[in-house]
Amino acid sequence: MSDGLNRSSRETAAPILKVDVLSLSFGGLRALSGVSFEVQEGSITALIGPNGAGKTSMFNSISGFYRPTKGRIIFEGEDISRERPPARAKRGLARTFQNIALFRGMTVLDNIKLGRHAHLKTNVLDALFYRGRAHREEMELRAEVEERIIDFLEIQHIRHAPVAALPYGLQKRVELARALAMRPRILMLDEPVAGMNREETEDMARFILDVKEEWGITILMVEHDMGMVMDISDHVVVLNFGQVIAQGRPADVQNDPAVVSAYLGSGDLAQRIRKTEAA
Amino acid sequence: MRIGTIKLSYATDEALFDTRVQWVWLGLLALGLMIFPFVAGPYWVYLACLVAINVASATGLNILTGYTGLVSLGQAAFMGVGAYTVAVLETRVGTPFFINLLLAGGMTAAVGVVFGIPSLRVKGLYLAIATIAASMILHFVFAHWPLTGGTRGLSMPPAGFLGIALDQPQKLYWLIIPVTALMVLGAANLFRTRVGRAFIAVRDRDISAEVLGIPLLQTKLTSFALSSFYAGVAGGMWAYFFRVVTPESFPLINSIFYLAAIIVGGMGTILGGILGATFMTLVPEILKLVVGWITPWMPDALSLLAPIRTIVFGALIVGFLIFEPQGLAEIWQRIRRFFHLWPFRT
Repeated sequence: MSDGLNRSSRETAAPILKVDVLSLSFGGLRALSGVSFEVQEGSITALIGPNGAGKTSMFNSISGFYRPTKGRIIFEGEDISRERPPARAKRGLARTFQNIALFRGMTVLDNIKLGRHAHLKTNVLDALFYRGRAHREEMELRAEVEERIIDFLEIQHIRHAPVAALPYGLQKRVELARALAMRPRILMLDEPVAGMNREETEDMARFILDVKEEWGITILMVEHDMGMVMDISDHVVVLNFGQVIAQGRPADVQNDPAVVSAYLGSGDLAQRIRKTEAA
Repeated sequence: MRIGTIKLSYATDEALFDTRVQWVWLGLLALGLMIFPFVAGPYWVYLACLVAINVASATGLNILTGYTGLVSLGQAAFMGVGAYTVAVLETRVGTPFFINLLLAGGMTAAVGVVFGIPSLRVKGLYLAIATIAASMILHFVFAHWPLTGGTRGLSMPPAGFLGIALDQPQKLYWLIIPVTALMVLGAANLFRTRVGRAFIAVRDRDISAEVLGIPLLQTKLTSFALSSFYAGVAGGMWAYFFRVVTPESFPLINSIFYLAAIIVGGMGTILGGILGATFMTLVPEILKLVVGWITPWMPDALSLLAPIRTIVFGALIVGFLIFEPQGLAEIWQRIRRFFHLWPFRT
């Protein structure tokens, strides 16, 4: 496939995101210790590991929820470790959440529009009168959301629905839509297909691939569905007990003995993958 | 009945009033409001002004509590800041009323921001207590600062407009109603833009709002500033309406009244602020009427008015919280839906 091409460009280009010897502890509990990895521009990188390995802690450190105790996070060549979450969002770090974090009191459309917040300029005075900039910005945003995002994710039929009433799979899709509205450079997906059936998973995998190919957005995801991880990712980073135990191409990681023992204690990860694929 | 609405542009889809029928009703409402002072008695005009002032203030509180999720029991005290600002400007400087009202709003917004700072750390009940503290502090300042006239307060001349003294409710009506209408329209517009969306995001999930690029402190303080601006202008109108401002004019119970108004009306809806404030202002009047009717049979009914009023207020709040937590606005929506579907589904 295009794997060879990706490999060659990966060696020359600077990474879009670099996590540099990052440590995070809560009191005496060490959630992450000395984690380093890179995310190449234009790739799909998956962060996997057993429960409690520190995947979500890693995500939360990158998006700015948690302050790492040690280490740096470098985004497009700049150290963002000290920045507040809104500043990181404005740079183009967008994410979705494991337990969907949509705003229940708003419609689908408003949730998506909210993603653009940091890039809009309307101030309170414009807003009160809804003239000039406020009106113009809203109309431009609406057109873009409709034509680029809602069409792309096939959610036209629910645009005016309150999000609280939507089924789980659609809520996940709306969350992706909102992240896309943030003008992301890198999209961080926290378990995008958790709890989905086969068909929904395949839809989501297709959307993720399209986001990468058509929008040129780099993707970093945490996912437990090994079948999907191995199918669509270019690079896999395996965490266990807050440390990177392996990283590389999906095929290499699958057969890494450290990964296999982390997942199963013993046994064959490839077999487990075949099992999930058959299911 | 409503067959369907076709929209050909995004602008029409996002309009506040999207059908011709709504515009017709709105026109009728405006016409009604214009005819009202000529056909209604002075007492009803007085009540209409009071309702409008309360609508303005309740809408402000709704921005803060209903939309941003920050519970405040300081709305009455903030109105006091606006009222005193107007009274001082009117007696000492003599600037025209529209400048006074704007300055009252601005002054109150500044005070609101200062008292809003704790909102970054405390939420819910704790923030409510912090805002009660704010009311106490403001009450103390009103009662002891020489500029505000101590416990005797300030008396002020009526607002003047082109040489006409606006000294009667019938005249002030033309000031208060348009200002309130503008304020309500402004609030409605707010929630069609990024500013209002950020407020709702902070209410629904403040932590993930931050990851989406919404700075929490700035958003919360903006909400406090706007809400206090509304309280300040409402307080300014109140000052022109009663023309005596004392520290006792804005007790804590009034803050509870506004909170009750938005609960009864419907938190987080513009219509809720309007309906709630109107309803709660008129309830005592309805009670007075009822008392008037039953006096022939119960000669001491009048003495029971005050306690009954308190009980009815409490019962209304509890009743709405249990049976209609979305408030009058939701009831109104249900009625609308009924007529949209009628006669196909009833």
